[in-house]
Amino acid sequence: MNWNNVIQGLIFLATVILLAKPLGIYMARVYEGKPAGLNVLLGPVERWIYRLSGIHPETSMSWKGYAVAMLLFNSIGIVVVYALQRLQAHLPLNPMSMSGVTPDLAFNTAVSFATNTNWQSYGGETTLSYLTQMVGLTVQNFLSAATGMAVLVALIRGFIQKKVETIGNFWVDLVRSTLYILIPLSLILSIILVSQGVVQTFKPYEKVTLLQPVKNDNGTVVQEQVLALGPAASQVAIKQLGTNGGGFFNVNSSHPFENPTPLSNFLEVISIILIPAALCYTLGYMVRDKRQGWALLAAMLIIFIPCLWSCIYFEQQGNPLFNSLGIDQKATAFQPGGNMEGKEARFGIVNSAIWAVATTAASNGSVNSMHDSYMPLGGLIPMWLMQLGEVVFGGVGSGLYGMIAFAIIAVFIAGLMIGRTPEYLGKKIEAYEMKMASLMILIPPALVLAGTAVSVSLHQAKVSIFNPGPQGFSEVLYAFSSAGNNNGSAFGGLSANTPFYNIALGLAMFFARYWLAIPILAVAGSLSRKKIVPVSQGTLPTHTPLFIIFLIMVVLIVGALTFFPALVLGPIVEHLMLHHS
Amino acid sequence: MRKSQKAKSLFNLSIIGPAIIDSLKKLDPRHQIKNPVMFVVLVGSILTTGLYFQALSGHGEAPAGSILAISSWLWFTLIFANFAEAMAEGRGKAQAANLRRTRRDTPAKKLSNPSYGSSYEKVSATTLRKGDVVLVEAGDIIPMDGEVVEGVASVDESAITGESAPVIRESGGDRNAVTGGTRVLSDWLLVRISSNPGETFLDHMIAMVEGAKRQKTPNEIALSILLAVFTIIFLLATITLLPFSVYSVISAGHGERVTVTVLVALLVCLIPTTIGGLLPAIGIAGMDRMVQANVVATSGRAVEAAGDVDVLLLDKTGTITLGNRQAVAFIPNQDVNIKSLADAAQIASLSDETPEGRSIVVLAKKKYGIRERHIHELDAKFIPFTAQTRMSGVDLGDGRQIRKGSAEAIEDYVKKFGGSFSDDLKSNIEMISKNGGTPLVVAEHKHVLGVIQLKDIVKGGIRERFAELRRMGIKTIMITGDNPLTAAAIAAEAGMDDFLAQATPETKLKLIREMQSGGRLVAMTGDGTNDAPALAQADVAVAMNTGTQAAKEAGNMVDLDSNPTKLIEIVKIGKQLLMTRGSLTTFSIANDVSKYFAIIPAAFVGTYPSLKALNIMHLATPSSAVLSAVIFNALIIIFLIPLALRGVPYKPMTANRFLRNNLLVYGVGGIVAPFIGIKLIDMILAALRLVQ
Repeated sequence: MNWNNVIQGLIFLATVILLAKPLGIYMARVYEGKPAGLNVLLGPVERWIYRLSGIHPETSMSWKGYAVAMLLFNSIGIVVVYALQRLQAHLPLNPMSMSGVTPDLAFNTAVSFATNTNWQSYGGETTLSYLTQMVGLTVQNFLSAATGMAVLVALIRGFIQKKVETIGNFWVDLVRSTLYILIPLSLILSIILVSQGVVQTFKPYEKVTLLQPVKNDNGTVVQEQVLALGPAASQVAIKQLGTNGGGFFNVNSSHPFENPTPLSNFLEVISIILIPAALCYTLGYMVRDKRQGWALLAAMLIIFIPCLWSCIYFEQQGNPLFNSLGIDQKATAFQPGGNMEGKEARFGIVNSAIWAVATTAASNGSVNSMHDSYMPLGGLIPMWLMQLGEVVFGGVGSGLYGMIAFAIIAVFIAGLMIGRTPEYLGKKIEAYEMKMASLMILIPPALVLAGTAVSVSLHQAKVSIFNPGPQGFSEVLYAFSSAGNNNGSAFGGLSANTPFYNIALGLAMFFARYWLAIPILAVAGSLSRKKIVPVSQGTLPTHTPLFIIFLIMVVLIVGALTFFPALVLGPIVEHLMLHHS
Repeated sequence: MRKSQKAKSLFNLSIIGPAIIDSLKKLDPRHQIKNPVMFVVLVGSILTTGLYFQALSGHGEAPAGSILAISSWLWFTLIFANFAEAMAEGRGKAQAANLRRTRRDTPAKKLSNPSYGSSYEKVSATTLRKGDVVLVEAGDIIPMDGEVVEGVASVDESAITGESAPVIRESGGDRNAVTGGTRVLSDWLLVRISSNPGETFLDHMIAMVEGAKRQKTPNEIALSILLAVFTIIFLLATITLLPFSVYSVISAGHGERVTVTVLVALLVCLIPTTIGGLLPAIGIAGMDRMVQANVVATSGRAVEAAGDVDVLLLDKTGTITLGNRQAVAFIPNQDVNIKSLADAAQIASLSDETPEGRSIVVLAKKKYGIRERHIHELDAKFIPFTAQTRMSGVDLGDGRQIRKGSAEAIEDYVKKFGGSFSDDLKSNIEMISKNGGTPLVVAEHKHVLGVIQLKDIVKGGIRERFAELRRMGIKTIMITGDNPLTAAAIAAEAGMDDFLAQATPETKLKLIREMQSGGRLVAMTGDGTNDAPALAQADVAVAMNTGTQAAKEAGNMVDLDSNPTKLIEIVKIGKQLLMTRGSLTTFSIANDVSKYFAIIPAAFVGTYPSLKALNIMHLATPSSAVLSAVIFNALIIIFLIPLALRGVPYKPMTANRFLRNNLLVYGVGGIVAPFIGIKLIDMILAALRLVQ
């Protein structure tokens, strides 16, 4: 670990923590309907939207009503994105004359974007028209993120309210998330990104003459190349901020038109965990106990930092097989050293590793390097962060509500250990909440393990694996870990655009999203009905270092115990083989 | 039930024998299905037994011997868990048998008319129905639970309470409830039967201690859900290992797929069998500890709620203070010598046999050396206290008339003779009230001599107990009929958090409801019929056994010792019950770490030899590694039976410290202990050459 790595890591963390508080307060005030700074400007727009769509912002919904609205709204999103892809050949804004997308790929992409996963089976610049990218994907980037935030806000209301049957109005939460939070932040970010060279145009792709002609495999000399263009900056901004991650281009943020400079890289990687981190503060602010928000943020950071450190460490160590070949893998002023395979020279080891860890800790899924090319343990970290259930930052909204589900389990066990039936943030945790929280921790591993098991058993699934052995196993495990936790990043090395993977991963994404959101809304409903238990000396405080450590242990133990055998057969054995051969 | 049995050892041969038989009987799948974790073990045991027979026929996936070894230890795991449950039940049954012995077929004297002296016929107790009135005379056993409608008698209730001193039962008031199976020692009672056969208190107790009516409590249900989820997760993690292994073998090009036997072994080791196996025993043992504390709970739910109580309502008299007030000081009027006040006070109290009166005599003697005289030598006539005069005193032979009584009564008395209260006296009276005392004014004819200060005596050690409760996070509220000034002073002296003065049944009920709507769980004790509404409203309501039937029915626990501070013990038992579950759950899950390190390298080292590096315990061979983990998993259940039955020790301290201590013991200990245990078992297996 050299000083460059340490300093860059620290700057990244410090920026996130510094921004979390002001943004957290801003979001809390938005959700509480208090003046937050942009009301003069956006208030009339908000009211106009309500009038236009016939929304009565003051009516609060039961949890079932809220869930139905959420599901209905998301299904419409899936149908629209599906239809846009299928019909894009006949629709405007298609300068490159892209043909209609196949049904299985269109299904996969539609589900992927509605569920805030943004798994890319498609290659943006070779598959989708500008219209599909803008009206389909970018719109879903906003709305899927806003859906996650709305569900979280409903859950927070469950802790604040007492003895009421309703959990808020889905449409209001959705509109406020989009209008006051996602749109202004995206606007700022996309303008800065454009200044760095991210493209934003309706022009068709351009042909340019190569400065240095190359000879391809069959001996022909290539003189020119096609540069894919499009309205990228506007989509890239929300893709980073809304933990979406679906790139405008196939190679995502390693593409020079999507992430051209170190500054654009810094801003994009900050944007990955900015809102998830700030939402912790929002929670503390809204429950009138800021320590609770800090505690959850601390728990996330305490898992995040060692993962970040390990990933940088393993990548900086480089490949042991290269050492025997006498290749210098030391970092010097002239070379980044370490394992640079699959990484962009302009980002180097540390910015690639920070991105890989941030994008998998938060369920963003955008990439600026090839995770498949990481060292076995360097690649294990991003995979495992997803397998933890996307609760270390996680998706906007969904990460924090996932962490709260773990906190419910943690207070339950801790409560038993001190001889008290548990309570969290003033609400008693009983059998019903436990049932729902249990679903939350059960469903993602079930999807990941079952999906991987089926895929390594079926012939039509196995042919997609490029590398046999543990690496190939890791590729499949990674794909399902990503889809089953709504992350969306890909290890690579697996040709996933086949009917089998499109449908299997599509289903995994669908269930991972809604089978978790519905139980959480049910918890919100059940908590809203309860009274608030006053704090006494016998109450287990949930903001202390001890509880934070206990919560981390619960997250890690569940994650580790569930996936240890699978990880052993993938990255761990690969690591051992690499070092013992 | 009897005190002597409290000391009975945990492992009693008369209990162990039947428990072993029971633990085999409990292998019945219909019993196992109630406990999902152990049901998975049963399925695994049957599956591996099948694999063993397959191996015997020569087509097995592994040598028959090694399958048999694992299979038998899986069966042992089940039997050990059943044994824990059977042990807990056995202890309960032993107590129930003691109770049953008291329930002989008692003859009863059923009266034709509910009045003493009317004719009766001798019938069997089993034919009695609610509403019948029976006569019970000295030497008779009370046939059924009931209320005394007429008469006073001393009753030996040792069969139920274990207390040998007889108690008084009489009609009316708060001591009118009698329990079937107890014996009248003197006099007679007319008892109206209050329950039908099979519904008596004794029946209830027997059912409770036998665990026959045991239902899962809400918290137990929540825990079962969590354990079921862990079981499903581990089921998935192990089942998917089969295709993972097949894929790995194909891509590695060598090795053999993991055997089903090893996967079953891994599964059983991972699922929380320790807590799953001990869970029923913990619940039964919790009830058992309640019974040993001489408390009968009507449901496990109440026991559990007891652990959660955060407000305790306690009656002042008898609970916080000794039942009687005592004289602590004489405060003379300005023109009076303190000795003459003491003397007059003592004379006035010589024939007053109330505890207050005795305490005045004693105080005068102790503090001022005034000899206790006999009322006859003074030629005095005692004027007893009456509700009308509200004072008592003596008329001496020399014509002196000394009276003592409440301030109002004496004021009226002296006014009659033209006397009056000085301002000084009035301020003394007020000061005493303010400090939680009761002023008794002493007057001789129209001259007021001074005031005796009577005070409630707070029970010794009670302050410390309340401090203990406060550390447990429980708020204490004193309930009293006193005025707010007195109440505040006593509450402060006893170290209570709050008080309810001038309490009536309505204000009590209102207080409980207010507390509950504020989200608090309220516990209270009560004995009188007027406590019944409040008892019915409280979350944990302990009725005194000496209390009325109405109180007992309204409560969800009955304290056989009728000791109001028993609530503290009840809270502890409730907490212990939860803690034992929580600690063993943590222990069980923490164990999994080491089991992975034992089994995973063993299972896959054939495919990937590099996995040797994960065998950090250096276990001898793959098969001994798997077997050692399975044996440890089975034996740990046996080792933890005493903990499950006795409960995790409880000491009051802050929640955070408590969690830290228990996490260190059961969390960190749970990670470390199996590493040592599995290694030891492996060394023994290797030394005895029991595995290849």
